[in-house]
Amino acid sequence: MRAGTEQAMAAEPLVRIRGLHFARGSRTIFDGVDIDIPRGRVTAIMGPSGTGKTTLLKLIGGQLRPAGGSVHVDGEDVHALSRRRLFRLRQRMGMLFQSGALLTDLSVFDNVAFPLREHTRLPESLIRQMVLMKLQVVGLRGARALMPAELSGGMARRAALARAIALDPMMILYDEPFTGQDPISMGVLVKLVRLMNDALGLTSVVVSHDVAETLSIADHVYLVADGRVVAAGSPAELRASEAPRVRQFLEGLPDGPVPFHYPAQDYAEDLLVDGHA
Amino acid sequence: MLEWLGDRLAALGRWGLAAGQRLGRGTLFLLATLWALPGLLLRPGLVVAQLYSVGVLSLLIIVVSGGFVGMVLGLQGYNTLVGFGAEQSLGVVVALSLVRELGPVVAALLFAGRAGSSLAAEIGLMKATEQLSGMEMMAVDPMSRVIAPRFLAGVLAMPLLAAIFSVVGIGGGFAVGVGLLGVDPGAFWSQIQDKVDVFEDVANGVIKSVVFGFVAAWIAVFEGYDCRPTSEGVNRATTRTVVHTSLAVLGLDFVLTALMFGE
Repeated sequence: MRAGTEQAMAAEPLVRIRGLHFARGSRTIFDGVDIDIPRGRVTAIMGPSGTGKTTLLKLIGGQLRPAGGSVHVDGEDVHALSRRRLFRLRQRMGMLFQSGALLTDLSVFDNVAFPLREHTRLPESLIRQMVLMKLQVVGLRGARALMPAELSGGMARRAALARAIALDPMMILYDEPFTGQDPISMGVLVKLVRLMNDALGLTSVVVSHDVAETLSIADHVYLVADGRVVAAGSPAELRASEAPRVRQFLEGLPDGPVPFHYPAQDYAEDLLVDGHA
Repeated sequence: MLEWLGDRLAALGRWGLAAGQRLGRGTLFLLATLWALPGLLLRPGLVVAQLYSVGVLSLLIIVVSGGFVGMVLGLQGYNTLVGFGAEQSLGVVVALSLVRELGPVVAALLFAGRAGSSLAAEIGLMKATEQLSGMEMMAVDPMSRVIAPRFLAGVLAMPLLAAIFSVVGIGGGFAVGVGLLGVDPGAFWSQIQDKVDVFEDVANGVIKSVVFGFVAAWIAVFEGYDCRPTSEGVNRATTRTVVHTSLAVLGLDFVLTALMFGE
Protein backbone atom coordinates (compact mmCIF):
# COMPACT_ATOMS: atom_id res chain seq x y z
CA MET A 1 0.00 0.00 0.00
CA ARG A 2 2.77 2.32 1.04
CA ALA A 3 4.83 1.39 -2.01
CA GLY A 4 1.77 2.12 -4.12
CA THR A 5 1.44 5.59 -2.64
CA GLU A 6 5.10 6.32 -3.25
CA GLN A 7 4.75 5.15 -6.82
CA ALA A 8 1.79 7.42 -7.30
CA MET A 9 3.78 10.30 -5.80
CA ALA A 10 6.66 9.63 -8.15
CA ALA A 11 4.34 9.50 -11.13
CA GLU A 12 2.72 12.79 -10.12
CA PRO A 13 4.54 15.61 -11.88
CA LEU A 14 6.34 18.08 -9.63
CA VAL A 15 4.94 21.02 -11.57
CA ARG A 16 1.53 20.84 -13.19
CA ILE A 17 0.42 23.78 -15.31
CA ARG A 18 -3.12 23.79 -16.65
CA GLY A 19 -4.87 26.25 -18.95
CA LEU A 20 -2.40 29.02 -18.21
CA HIS A 21 -3.37 32.44 -19.51
CA PHE A 22 -1.18 35.49 -19.09
CA ALA A 23 -1.11 38.88 -20.81
CA ARG A 24 1.01 41.99 -20.60
CA GLY A 25 -1.24 44.90 -21.42
CA SER A 26 -3.03 43.99 -24.63
CA ARG A 27 -0.37 41.45 -25.64
CA THR A 28 -1.22 37.83 -24.91
CA ILE A 29 1.81 35.87 -23.71
CA PHE A 30 0.16 32.54 -22.81
CA ASP A 31 -3.13 31.42 -24.22
CA GLY A 32 -4.00 28.13 -22.55
CA VAL A 33 -0.69 26.40 -21.84
CA ASP A 34 -0.58 22.90 -20.30
CA ILE A 35 2.81 21.68 -19.08
CA ASP A 36 3.87 18.83 -16.77
CA ILE A 37 7.35 18.83 -15.26
CA PRO A 38 8.17 15.26 -14.16
CA ARG A 39 10.16 14.68 -10.97
CA GLY A 40 13.86 13.92 -11.15
CA ARG A 41 14.18 14.86 -14.81
CA VAL A 42 15.63 17.69 -16.83
CA THR A 43 12.76 19.36 -18.67
CA ALA A 44 13.56 21.98 -21.28
CA ILE A 45 11.18 24.72 -22.28
CA MET A 46 12.29 26.15 -25.59
CA GLY A 47 11.05 28.73 -27.96
CA PRO A 48 12.00 31.87 -29.85
CA SER A 49 12.88 35.04 -27.92
CA GLY A 50 9.87 36.93 -26.63
CA THR A 51 7.62 33.88 -26.24
CA GLY A 52 7.51 34.38 -22.48
CA LYS A 53 9.87 31.65 -21.33
CA THR A 54 11.21 33.76 -18.44
CA THR A 55 7.64 34.80 -17.68
CA LEU A 56 6.77 31.13 -17.35
CA LEU A 57 9.48 30.65 -14.72
CA LYS A 58 8.21 33.68 -12.83
CA LEU A 59 4.70 32.22 -12.94
CA ILE A 60 6.00 28.92 -11.55
CA GLY A 61 7.87 30.79 -8.82
CA GLY A 62 4.79 32.84 -7.94
CA GLN A 63 6.38 36.16 -8.83
CA LEU A 64 3.70 36.81 -11.41
CA ARG A 65 0.00 36.04 -11.24
CA PRO A 66 -1.74 34.45 -14.25
CA ALA A 67 -4.95 35.82 -15.71
CA GLY A 68 -6.33 32.29 -15.79
CA GLY A 69 -5.40 28.67 -15.21
CA SER A 70 -3.36 27.14 -12.43
CA VAL A 71 0.22 26.26 -11.51
CA HIS A 72 0.68 23.46 -8.96
CA VAL A 73 4.14 22.82 -7.51
CA ASP A 74 4.47 19.66 -5.44
CA GLY A 75 0.70 19.58 -5.09
CA GLU A 76 0.34 23.18 -3.92
CA ASP A 77 -1.50 25.79 -5.97
CA VAL A 78 1.22 28.46 -6.16
CA HIS A 79 -1.14 31.38 -6.68
CA ALA A 80 -3.57 30.42 -3.93
CA LEU A 81 -0.88 30.31 -1.23
CA SER A 82 -0.47 32.95 1.44
CA ARG A 83 2.76 34.93 1.23
CA ARG A 84 4.21 33.01 4.16
CA ARG A 85 3.47 29.63 2.59
CA LEU A 86 4.66 30.81 -0.82
CA PHE A 87 8.00 31.80 0.76
CA ARG A 88 8.21 28.40 2.44
CA LEU A 89 7.64 26.75 -0.95
CA ARG A 90 10.28 28.96 -2.55
CA GLN A 91 12.83 27.75 -0.02
CA ARG A 92 12.48 24.40 -1.78
CA MET A 93 13.04 25.95 -5.21
CA GLY A 94 16.24 27.38 -6.58
CA MET A 95 16.31 29.79 -9.47
CA LEU A 96 19.23 30.67 -11.65
CA PHE A 97 18.69 34.07 -13.25
CA GLN A 98 20.12 34.89 -16.64
CA SER A 99 22.24 37.65 -15.09
CA GLY A 100 23.14 35.52 -12.07
CA ALA A 101 21.52 38.16 -9.82
CA LEU A 102 24.36 37.90 -7.30
CA LEU A 103 24.22 40.51 -4.56
CA THR A 104 26.92 42.90 -5.69
CA ASP A 105 27.92 44.07 -2.22
CA LEU A 106 28.68 40.54 -1.01
CA SER A 107 31.60 38.24 -1.87
CA VAL A 108 31.02 34.90 -3.61
CA PHE A 109 31.20 33.16 -0.23
CA ASP A 110 28.68 35.50 1.39
CA ASN A 111 26.38 35.23 -1.61
CA VAL A 112 26.23 31.45 -1.26
CA ALA A 113 25.90 31.78 2.51
CA PHE A 114 23.11 34.35 2.12
CA PRO A 115 20.13 31.96 1.97
CA LEU A 116 21.63 29.81 4.75
CA ARG A 117 22.06 32.81 7.03
CA GLU A 118 18.58 34.11 6.19
CA HIS A 119 16.70 30.88 6.67
CA THR A 120 18.64 28.81 9.19
CA ARG A 121 20.21 29.36 12.58
CA LEU A 122 23.22 27.21 11.82
CA PRO A 123 26.53 28.09 13.48
CA GLU A 124 28.98 29.96 11.27
CA SER A 125 31.42 27.01 11.23
CA LEU A 126 28.76 24.75 9.72
CA ILE A 127 27.69 27.41 7.23
CA ARG A 128 31.32 27.69 6.14
CA GLN A 129 31.53 23.96 5.48
CA MET A 130 28.25 23.91 3.58
CA VAL A 131 29.23 26.89 1.45
CA LEU A 132 32.58 25.35 0.60
CA MET A 133 30.85 22.10 -0.40
CA LYS A 134 28.47 23.96 -2.72
CA LEU A 135 31.31 25.98 -4.19
CA GLN A 136 33.32 22.79 -4.72
CA VAL A 137 30.46 21.38 -6.82
CA VAL A 138 30.62 24.33 -9.21
CA GLY A 139 34.43 24.53 -9.09
CA LEU A 140 34.66 27.95 -7.43
CA ARG A 141 35.95 27.04 -3.96
CA GLY A 142 39.11 28.99 -4.76
CA ALA A 143 37.13 32.06 -5.86
CA ARG A 144 35.20 32.42 -2.61
CA ALA A 145 36.78 35.76 -1.67
CA LEU A 146 36.12 37.42 -5.03
CA MET A 147 33.42 40.04 -5.44
CA PRO A 148 30.78 39.54 -8.18
CA ALA A 149 32.31 42.36 -10.25
CA GLU A 150 35.55 40.36 -10.43
CA LEU A 151 33.89 37.29 -11.94
CA SER A 152 33.51 36.42 -15.61
CA GLY A 153 29.97 35.85 -16.87
CA GLY A 154 30.33 32.08 -16.65
CA MET A 155 31.81 32.20 -13.16
CA ALA A 156 29.01 34.50 -11.99
CA ARG A 157 26.45 31.99 -13.22
CA ARG A 158 28.27 29.14 -11.49
CA ALA A 159 28.41 31.14 -8.24
CA ALA A 160 24.69 31.83 -8.59
CA LEU A 161 24.17 28.11 -9.18
CA ALA A 162 26.01 27.32 -5.93
CA ARG A 163 23.71 29.78 -4.20
CA ALA A 164 20.64 28.21 -5.82
CA ILE A 165 21.52 24.80 -4.35
CA ALA A 166 22.52 26.21 -0.94
CA LEU A 167 19.27 25.14 0.72
CA ASP A 168 19.20 21.75 -1.07
CA PRO A 169 16.06 22.53 -3.10
CA MET A 170 13.82 19.96 -4.76
CA MET A 171 13.87 21.83 -8.05
CA ILE A 172 15.99 24.37 -9.91
CA LEU A 173 14.63 26.75 -12.51
CA TYR A 174 17.26 27.82 -15.03
CA ASP A 175 16.62 31.01 -17.00
CA GLU A 176 18.68 30.94 -20.20
CA PRO A 177 21.71 29.36 -18.48
CA PHE A 178 23.80 29.10 -21.66
CA THR A 179 23.18 32.46 -23.28
CA GLY A 180 26.24 34.60 -23.96
CA GLN A 181 28.78 32.03 -22.72
CA ASP A 182 32.04 31.12 -24.36
CA PRO A 183 32.26 27.45 -25.49
CA ILE A 184 34.20 26.37 -22.40
CA SER A 185 31.91 27.89 -19.81
CA MET A 186 28.94 26.74 -21.86
CA GLY A 187 30.29 23.19 -21.69
CA VAL A 188 30.84 23.53 -17.95
CA LEU A 189 27.31 24.77 -17.38
CA VAL A 190 25.77 22.06 -19.58
CA LYS A 191 27.66 19.43 -17.60
CA LEU A 192 26.73 20.99 -14.27
CA VAL A 193 23.00 21.11 -15.01
CA ARG A 194 22.92 17.40 -15.84
CA LEU A 195 25.34 16.40 -13.09
CA MET A 196 23.53 18.26 -10.34
CA ASN A 197 20.18 16.95 -11.46
CA ASP A 198 21.36 13.36 -11.23
CA ALA A 199 23.72 13.61 -8.25
CA LEU A 200 21.46 15.70 -6.03
CA GLY A 201 18.20 14.09 -7.12
CA LEU A 202 16.78 17.40 -8.32
CA THR A 203 14.15 18.30 -10.82
CA SER A 204 15.43 20.77 -13.37
CA VAL A 205 13.54 23.16 -15.61
CA VAL A 206 15.74 24.72 -18.26
CA VAL A 207 14.38 27.63 -20.23
CA SER A 208 16.56 28.20 -23.26
CA HIS A 209 16.82 28.82 -26.96
CA ASP A 210 20.24 27.21 -27.31
CA VAL A 211 19.07 24.18 -29.23
CA ALA A 212 22.10 21.84 -29.33
CA GLU A 213 23.14 22.30 -25.70
CA THR A 214 19.64 22.03 -24.31
CA LEU A 215 18.66 18.99 -26.34
CA SER A 216 21.88 17.25 -25.29
CA ILE A 217 20.88 17.19 -21.62
CA ALA A 218 17.09 17.36 -21.61
CA ASP A 219 14.90 14.32 -20.92
CA HIS A 220 11.79 16.07 -22.08
CA VAL A 221 11.24 19.17 -24.21
CA TYR A 222 8.36 21.60 -24.64
CA LEU A 223 8.46 23.97 -27.57
CA VAL A 224 6.47 27.13 -26.88
CA ALA A 225 5.47 29.69 -29.50
CA ASP A 226 2.62 32.14 -29.99
CA GLY A 227 1.38 31.59 -26.45
CA ARG A 228 0.89 27.85 -26.83
CA VAL A 229 2.84 24.61 -26.60
CA VAL A 230 3.47 23.74 -30.25
CA ALA A 231 5.43 20.54 -29.68
CA ALA A 232 6.42 18.28 -26.80
CA GLY A 233 8.37 15.09 -26.42
CA SER A 234 11.83 13.65 -25.97
CA PRO A 235 14.72 15.31 -27.84
CA ALA A 236 14.73 12.39 -30.28
CA GLU A 237 11.01 12.80 -30.95
CA LEU A 238 11.45 16.50 -31.55
CA ARG A 239 14.36 15.94 -33.90
CA ALA A 240 12.23 13.47 -35.85
CA SER A 241 9.30 15.87 -36.05
CA GLU A 242 8.24 17.03 -39.49
CA ALA A 243 6.21 20.00 -38.20
CA PRO A 244 7.48 23.10 -40.06
CA ARG A 245 7.59 25.21 -36.89
CA VAL A 246 9.70 22.62 -35.06
CA ARG A 247 12.00 22.21 -38.04
CA GLN A 248 12.46 25.97 -38.39
CA PHE A 249 13.35 26.39 -34.72
CA LEU A 250 15.66 23.38 -34.42
CA GLU A 251 17.51 24.14 -37.65
CA GLY A 252 17.56 27.90 -37.19
CA LEU A 253 15.99 28.63 -40.58
CA PRO A 254 15.60 32.37 -41.21
CA ASP A 255 12.19 32.06 -42.82
CA GLY A 256 9.24 29.78 -42.25
CA PRO A 257 6.18 29.80 -40.01
CA VAL A 258 7.98 32.57 -38.12
CA PRO A 259 8.47 35.01 -41.00
CA PHE A 260 11.73 36.86 -41.66
CA HIS A 261 9.87 40.11 -42.31
CA TYR A 262 8.03 41.98 -39.62
CA PRO A 263 4.45 42.44 -40.86
CA ALA A 264 4.38 45.40 -43.26
CA GLN A 265 2.48 46.71 -46.25
CA ASP A 266 3.42 45.68 -49.76
CA TYR A 267 7.07 46.44 -50.56
CA ALA A 268 6.52 47.96 -54.00
CA GLU A 269 3.66 50.11 -52.78
CA ASP A 270 5.72 51.24 -49.83
CA LEU A 271 8.57 52.38 -52.08
CA LEU A 272 6.26 54.37 -54.31
CA VAL A 273 4.73 56.39 -51.50
CA ASP A 274 6.00 59.95 -51.40
CA GLY A 275 7.06 61.63 -48.23
CA HIS A 276 8.49 60.37 -44.98
CA ALA A 277 8.36 57.01 -43.10
CA MET B 1 -9.62 74.91 -31.60
CA LEU B 2 -12.14 72.83 -29.65
CA GLU B 3 -10.26 69.68 -30.61
CA TRP B 4 -6.96 71.19 -29.48
CA LEU B 5 -8.52 72.12 -26.15
CA GLY B 6 -9.95 68.61 -25.82
CA ASP B 7 -6.55 67.06 -26.45
CA ARG B 8 -4.95 69.28 -23.84
CA LEU B 9 -7.67 68.45 -21.33
CA ALA B 10 -7.27 64.74 -22.02
CA ALA B 11 -3.50 65.00 -21.57
CA LEU B 12 -3.98 66.86 -18.32
CA GLY B 13 -6.42 64.20 -17.15
CA ARG B 14 -4.01 61.39 -18.06
CA TRP B 15 -1.23 63.17 -16.20
CA GLY B 16 -3.46 63.62 -13.17
CA LEU B 17 -4.50 59.98 -13.19
CA ALA B 18 -0.89 58.82 -13.50
CA ALA B 19 0.20 61.12 -10.68
CA GLY B 20 -2.67 59.91 -8.49
CA GLN B 21 -1.82 56.29 -9.21
CA ARG B 22 1.82 56.89 -8.33
CA LEU B 23 0.86 58.60 -5.10
CA GLY B 24 -1.32 55.61 -4.27
CA ARG B 25 1.49 53.16 -5.04
CA GLY B 26 3.85 55.27 -2.94
CA THR B 27 1.46 55.24 0.00
CA LEU B 28 0.96 51.47 -0.18
CA PHE B 29 4.73 51.10 -0.44
CA LEU B 30 5.18 53.27 2.64
CA LEU B 31 2.68 51.16 4.58
CA ALA B 32 4.52 47.98 3.57
CA THR B 33 7.81 49.58 4.65
CA LEU B 34 6.38 50.60 8.03
CA TRP B 35 4.96 47.11 8.43
CA ALA B 36 8.45 45.67 7.94
CA LEU B 37 10.07 47.98 10.51
CA PRO B 38 9.41 45.95 13.69
CA GLY B 39 11.32 43.01 12.18
CA LEU B 40 14.45 45.16 12.24
CA LEU B 41 14.51 44.96 16.04
CA LEU B 42 15.83 41.44 15.63
CA ARG B 43 18.48 42.53 13.13
CA PRO B 44 19.87 45.90 14.20
CA GLY B 45 23.05 45.20 12.24
CA LEU B 46 21.23 45.89 8.97
CA VAL B 47 20.23 49.38 10.16
CA VAL B 48 23.67 50.16 11.55
CA ALA B 49 25.29 49.34 8.20
CA GLN B 50 22.88 51.68 6.43
CA LEU B 51 23.30 54.40 9.06
CA TYR B 52 26.97 54.34 8.18
CA SER B 53 26.31 54.62 4.47
CA VAL B 54 23.60 57.33 4.56
CA GLY B 55 24.71 59.10 7.75
CA VAL B 56 28.43 58.87 8.33
CA LEU B 57 29.28 59.15 4.65
CA SER B 58 27.16 62.33 4.41
CA LEU B 59 29.05 63.96 7.28
CA LEU B 60 31.69 65.67 5.18
CA ILE B 61 29.29 67.60 2.96
CA ILE B 62 27.11 68.47 6.00
CA VAL B 63 30.03 69.76 8.07
CA VAL B 64 31.61 71.76 5.26
CA SER B 65 28.30 73.28 4.13
CA GLY B 66 27.25 74.00 7.72
CA GLY B 67 30.52 75.83 8.33
CA PHE B 68 30.17 78.02 5.25
CA VAL B 69 26.48 78.76 5.80
CA GLY B 70 27.30 79.82 9.39
CA MET B 71 30.16 82.02 8.22
CA VAL B 72 27.96 83.74 5.61
CA LEU B 73 25.23 84.25 8.23
CA GLY B 74 27.83 85.78 10.56
CA LEU B 75 29.03 88.15 7.86
CA GLN B 76 25.62 89.20 6.57
CA GLY B 77 24.10 89.39 10.03
CA TYR B 78 26.89 91.58 11.30
CA ASN B 79 26.61 93.98 8.36
CA THR B 80 22.90 94.43 8.99
CA LEU B 81 23.01 94.53 12.78
CA VAL B 82 25.92 96.96 13.00
CA GLY B 83 23.74 99.64 11.36
CA PHE B 84 21.45 99.48 14.40
CA GLY B 85 24.28 99.09 16.89
CA ALA B 86 22.92 95.64 17.63
CA GLU B 87 25.94 93.58 16.56
CA GLN B 88 26.08 91.96 20.01
CA SER B 89 22.91 90.09 19.00
CA LEU B 90 24.79 88.32 16.16
CA GLY B 91 24.91 85.04 18.08
CA VAL B 92 21.17 84.79 18.45
CA VAL B 93 20.54 85.73 14.81
CA VAL B 94 22.90 83.02 13.60
CA ALA B 95 21.65 80.42 16.07
CA LEU B 96 17.94 81.00 15.46
CA SER B 97 18.34 81.05 11.68
CA LEU B 98 20.19 77.76 11.82
CA VAL B 99 18.21 75.91 14.44
CA ARG B 100 14.76 76.94 13.19
CA GLU B 101 15.26 76.98 9.43
CA LEU B 102 18.58 76.53 7.71
CA GLY B 103 19.75 73.53 9.74
CA PRO B 104 16.80 71.26 8.95
CA VAL B 105 16.13 72.62 5.44
CA VAL B 106 19.64 72.85 4.01
CA ALA B 107 20.69 69.60 5.66
CA ALA B 108 17.63 67.91 4.10
CA LEU B 109 18.45 69.35 0.65
CA LEU B 110 22.04 68.15 0.97
CA PHE B 111 20.81 64.81 2.28
CA ALA B 112 18.60 64.43 -0.81
CA GLY B 113 21.56 65.12 -3.08
CA ARG B 114 24.06 62.95 -1.26
CA ALA B 115 22.20 60.09 0.41
CA GLY B 116 18.76 60.13 -1.27
CA SER B 117 20.13 59.89 -4.79
CA SER B 118 22.52 57.12 -3.80
CA LEU B 119 19.72 55.16 -2.09
CA ALA B 120 17.50 55.46 -5.15
CA ALA B 121 20.32 54.50 -7.51
CA GLU B 122 21.37 51.54 -5.38
CA ILE B 123 17.85 50.13 -5.07
CA GLY B 124 17.12 50.87 -8.74
CA LEU B 125 20.25 49.04 -9.84
CA MET B 126 19.43 46.13 -7.56
CA LYS B 127 16.10 45.96 -9.35
CA ALA B 128 17.65 46.31 -12.82
CA THR B 129 20.16 43.52 -12.12
CA GLU B 130 17.41 41.23 -10.77
CA GLN B 131 18.90 41.21 -7.27
CA LEU B 132 15.54 42.07 -5.70
CA SER B 133 13.82 39.44 -7.80
CA GLY B 134 16.54 36.96 -6.85
CA MET B 135 15.98 37.68 -3.18
CA GLU B 136 12.27 37.07 -3.56
CA MET B 137 12.97 33.73 -5.20
CA MET B 138 15.26 32.88 -2.28
CA ALA B 139 12.21 33.52 -0.07
CA VAL B 140 13.82 36.65 1.38
CA ASP B 141 11.51 39.66 1.45
CA PRO B 142 13.29 42.68 -0.09
CA MET B 143 11.01 44.98 1.90
CA SER B 144 12.43 43.81 5.20
CA ARG B 145 15.97 43.04 4.00
CA VAL B 146 16.66 46.01 1.70
CA ILE B 147 14.00 48.72 1.91
CA ALA B 148 13.11 48.96 5.61
CA PRO B 149 16.72 49.26 6.93
CA ARG B 150 17.51 51.99 4.40
CA PHE B 151 14.32 53.87 5.17
CA LEU B 152 14.85 53.71 8.94
CA ALA B 153 18.49 54.74 8.61
CA GLY B 154 17.41 57.80 6.60
CA VAL B 155 14.80 58.78 9.20
CA LEU B 156 17.30 58.39 12.06
CA ALA B 157 20.23 60.04 10.30
CA MET B 158 18.44 63.18 9.19
CA PRO B 159 17.89 64.86 12.63
CA LEU B 160 21.44 64.00 13.64
CA LEU B 161 22.85 65.51 10.45
CA ALA B 162 20.67 68.62 10.86
CA ALA B 163 21.88 69.01 14.45
CA ILE B 164 25.50 68.69 13.37
CA PHE B 165 24.84 71.19 10.57
CA SER B 166 23.45 73.72 13.06
CA VAL B 167 26.25 73.24 15.57
CA VAL B 168 28.97 73.61 12.97
CA GLY B 169 27.10 76.60 11.50
CA ILE B 170 27.01 78.37 14.84
CA GLY B 171 30.75 77.65 15.09
CA GLY B 172 31.22 79.24 11.65
CA GLY B 173 29.19 82.29 12.68
CA PHE B 174 31.30 82.55 15.84
CA ALA B 175 34.54 82.32 13.89
CA VAL B 176 33.54 85.17 11.56
CA GLY B 177 31.63 87.34 14.05
CA VAL B 178 33.95 87.02 17.01
CA GLY B 179 37.21 86.04 15.35
CA LEU B 180 37.18 88.45 12.39
CA LEU B 181 34.66 91.20 13.11
CA GLY B 182 35.24 91.71 16.83
CA VAL B 183 31.87 90.80 18.36
CA ASP B 184 32.22 90.15 22.08
CA PRO B 185 32.29 86.38 22.67
CA GLY B 186 30.47 86.67 25.97
CA ALA B 187 27.59 88.56 24.33
CA PHE B 188 27.55 86.07 21.44
CA TRP B 189 27.03 83.04 23.70
CA SER B 190 24.93 84.63 26.46
CA GLN B 191 22.40 85.98 23.96
CA ILE B 192 22.10 82.53 22.41
CA GLN B 193 21.62 81.07 25.89
CA ASP B 194 19.02 83.67 26.71
CA LYS B 195 16.98 83.76 23.50
CA VAL B 196 17.08 80.25 22.08
CA ASP B 197 14.34 78.23 23.70
CA VAL B 198 14.82 74.50 23.92
CA PHE B 199 11.16 73.69 23.19
CA GLU B 200 10.12 76.64 21.03
CA ASP B 201 13.20 76.61 18.80
CA VAL B 202 15.36 73.51 19.18
CA ALA B 203 12.54 70.98 19.52
CA ASN B 204 10.65 72.50 16.58
CA GLY B 205 13.82 72.30 14.51
CA VAL B 206 14.21 68.66 15.46
CA ILE B 207 10.57 67.95 14.55
CA LYS B 208 11.16 69.56 11.17
CA SER B 209 14.24 67.48 10.51
CA VAL B 210 12.45 64.27 11.51
CA VAL B 211 9.62 65.08 9.09
CA PHE B 212 12.11 65.94 6.33
CA GLY B 213 14.06 62.75 7.02
CA PHE B 214 10.88 60.70 6.81
CA VAL B 215 9.88 62.28 3.49
CA ALA B 216 13.38 62.21 2.00
CA ALA B 217 13.92 58.55 2.88
CA TRP B 218 10.44 57.59 1.68
CA ILE B 219 10.88 59.31 -1.68
CA ALA B 220 14.36 57.85 -2.18
CA VAL B 221 13.48 54.22 -1.46
CA PHE B 222 10.18 54.45 -3.35
CA GLU B 223 11.75 56.01 -6.45
CA GLY B 224 14.42 53.31 -6.46
CA TYR B 225 11.95 50.48 -5.99
CA ASP B 226 9.41 51.83 -8.47
CA CYS B 227 11.84 52.70 -11.27
CA ARG B 228 11.92 51.01 -14.65
CA PRO B 229 14.66 48.37 -14.50
CA THR B 230 16.82 50.02 -17.16
CA SER B 231 19.71 52.48 -17.03
CA GLU B 232 17.37 55.24 -18.16
CA GLY B 233 14.89 54.27 -15.46
CA VAL B 234 17.56 54.45 -12.74
CA ASN B 235 18.70 57.78 -14.11
CA ARG B 236 15.17 59.16 -13.91
CA ALA B 237 14.68 57.75 -10.43
CA THR B 238 17.76 59.50 -9.04
CA THR B 239 16.84 62.79 -10.67
CA ARG B 240 13.27 62.56 -9.45
CA THR B 241 14.46 61.74 -5.94
CA VAL B 242 16.45 64.96 -5.70
CA VAL B 243 13.79 67.14 -7.36
CA HIS B 244 10.80 65.74 -5.48
CA THR B 245 12.58 65.71 -2.14
CA SER B 246 13.73 69.30 -2.55
CA LEU B 247 10.24 70.49 -3.48
CA ALA B 248 8.63 68.46 -0.72
CA VAL B 249 11.08 69.75 1.88
CA LEU B 250 10.61 73.39 0.91
CA GLY B 251 6.84 73.06 0.74
CA LEU B 252 6.61 71.21 4.04
CA ASP B 253 8.95 73.73 5.63
CA PHE B 254 6.48 76.49 4.88
CA VAL B 255 3.58 74.48 6.31
CA LEU B 256 5.51 73.46 9.43
CA THR B 257 6.83 76.97 10.01
CA ALA B 258 3.32 78.37 9.73
CA LEU B 259 2.06 75.78 12.22
CA MET B 260 4.93 76.24 14.65
CA PHE B 261 5.73 79.91 14.56
CA GLY B 262 2.65 81.47 12.98
CA GLU B 263 0.53 83.42 15.45
